[in-house]
Amino acid sequence: MQSGPSTPDNPPRPAPTHALDGRPVTPRPSIDVARSPANTEEALVVKSRAEGLSFYYGAVRALKDLNIEIREKRVTALIGPSGCGKTTFLRCFNRMHDLTPGTRYQGRIILFPDSIDLVDKAVDPIEVRMRIGMVFQKPNPFPKSIFENVAYGLRVRGLRSKARLEEEVERALRRAAIWEEVKDRLDNSGLSLSGGQQQRLCIARALATNPEILLFDEPTSALDPIATARIEELIAELRDQVTVIIVTHNMQQAARVSDYTAFMYLGELIEFDNTSKLFTNPSQKATEDYITGRYG
Amino acid sequence: MHATTAEASLQQIRADVNRRKILDQVFVMVGLLIMFSALLVLVVLFLDLVREGAPRLNWDFLTSFPSRKAERAGILSAWVGTSLIMLTTATVSMPVGVAAAIYLEEYAPKNWMTAIIEINVTNLAGVPSIIYGLLALGLFVYQFNLGQSIAAAGLTLSLLILPIVIVATRESLRAVPRAIREAAYALGATRWEVTAHHVLPYSTGGILTGMIIGLSRAIGETAPLITIGALSFIAFLPESPFKGEFPFFSFAWLKEAFTAMPIQMFNWVSRPDPKFQVNAAAAGAILLGMTLLMNGVAIYVRYRFRKRINW
Repeated sequence: MQSGPSTPDNPPRPAPTHALDGRPVTPRPSIDVARSPANTEEALVVKSRAEGLSFYYGAVRALKDLNIEIREKRVTALIGPSGCGKTTFLRCFNRMHDLTPGTRYQGRIILFPDSIDLVDKAVDPIEVRMRIGMVFQKPNPFPKSIFENVAYGLRVRGLRSKARLEEEVERALRRAAIWEEVKDRLDNSGLSLSGGQQQRLCIARALATNPEILLFDEPTSALDPIATARIEELIAELRDQVTVIIVTHNMQQAARVSDYTAFMYLGELIEFDNTSKLFTNPSQKATEDYITGRYG
Repeated sequence: MHATTAEASLQQIRADVNRRKILDQVFVMVGLLIMFSALLVLVVLFLDLVREGAPRLNWDFLTSFPSRKAERAGILSAWVGTSLIMLTTATVSMPVGVAAAIYLEEYAPKNWMTAIIEINVTNLAGVPSIIYGLLALGLFVYQFNLGQSIAAAGLTLSLLILPIVIVATRESLRAVPRAIREAAYALGATRWEVTAHHVLPYSTGGILTGMIIGLSRAIGETAPLITIGALSFIAFLPESPFKGEFPFFSFAWLKEAFTAMPIQMFNWVSRPDPKFQVNAAAAGAILLGMTLLMNGVAIYVRYRFRKRINW
């Protein structure tokens, strides 16, 4: 599960900072050095910033005054117990809530470099979704061919040239590490793939349009451990190419794949820090209780 | 726990399970009984029609016009009329019904207005067909001046089956999982693109099935056609929709007088000469056969599309 060549393009992923029973384990220093704050902090650019973000389902306030900075080309994990609002928060980034009547945003989510407010009513949600991709909890390929699944986002953007489409589809499938498995059956239905392959197909579909931010909503919760490991490896590989925000209820997963982790509880952001810092030395009591398995 | 008590409780569990399984089997028996009696009635009816109409079930019957002589009468103008009316009905009710369903399901805001529309659409499915006939007589025949024509008949039957088409279409649109819509929206698709590229193609099977079931209902309708003035004795065919020269089709047939299968049957049944009863039986068998064929097509279409799409 932890294997994979350690090349400059593909840095080793951090060891889990917790044993399976939730007890903290000492992180291996050789792995954490490359990502310690001292090494990387100055090179980081803020990609997006939530400012006083609240969200309402009707009268219910599901998110309370969130303030968080998402760093460019880094993986940010959102963790917390069920119902804490992590998925609700994630879905604010691509305005998915606009599809549900009676929802309301308050505050701002600024997307850099052009400083537009993603949740502003004046900003078209279609435009937002063209820039920010999403991978869902349950693999949801279209019941179309594998090729058409990946090509769909490009077609929506008006790409018609067959040659260009083929080129882009191959590139996306390669980036999602599924090209070798499907290159001989691009005409088969996306539904003919296994669950893990379907999820990587969905990642390829999202990558094909070169999103600036890729949102993952518990992408492995419907998958077996081996398929999960492949998705996690993939997220680690993507880290250099795209900004990733991932919701997970699996703390080991957050520790394995993310650079930053935000702990949410009851719609509030309790703590946001370097993943290694948050898991080894949380500053809030609630965070510590959660990551040591005392509740949630 | 002692072995004896464990055994006793095991016996108890088995007895309990057996008792409950009997109820299960009773229901299966009752269900099968009811289903087979319904099927039996249909089969007996069909066989009886075929047996009685056997002397007239031949090619001449299909290619002859009605006649005063029972043994020379045929159903040519009736089945051509029925086919053309069905063509008109399908052409009108398919786009209108599907568009209405798409609007109600995908676009309409959920408020009291749409709630009222929805309730009314469902209620319309239960309105007696003769009411539609009266409406059509006033509206299509006199107001729109369509006369007692194929166009008027087709429009009337379209109205009649619209609720069926709308309800069936909405059901199949609703069957498309939310996750699929979200996937398309997340890629930046507009509502129209989500509907046209995904929701509609994935629900084609259900829509076509509903359409065919609606048409099977329309094909047997008699009352509204009589109300708008179908003739029962037509010894000519409407002008063919297909032409040898440009523009290769014609709509002149829409304005022509018509008769239809159930009308022809009704006419023969009401005659005193028993020889016409044979004709009526033969026409009934053919009409029933047409309906069963359409239902068969509906099942096949559904099967084909289900095989392709499996959530």
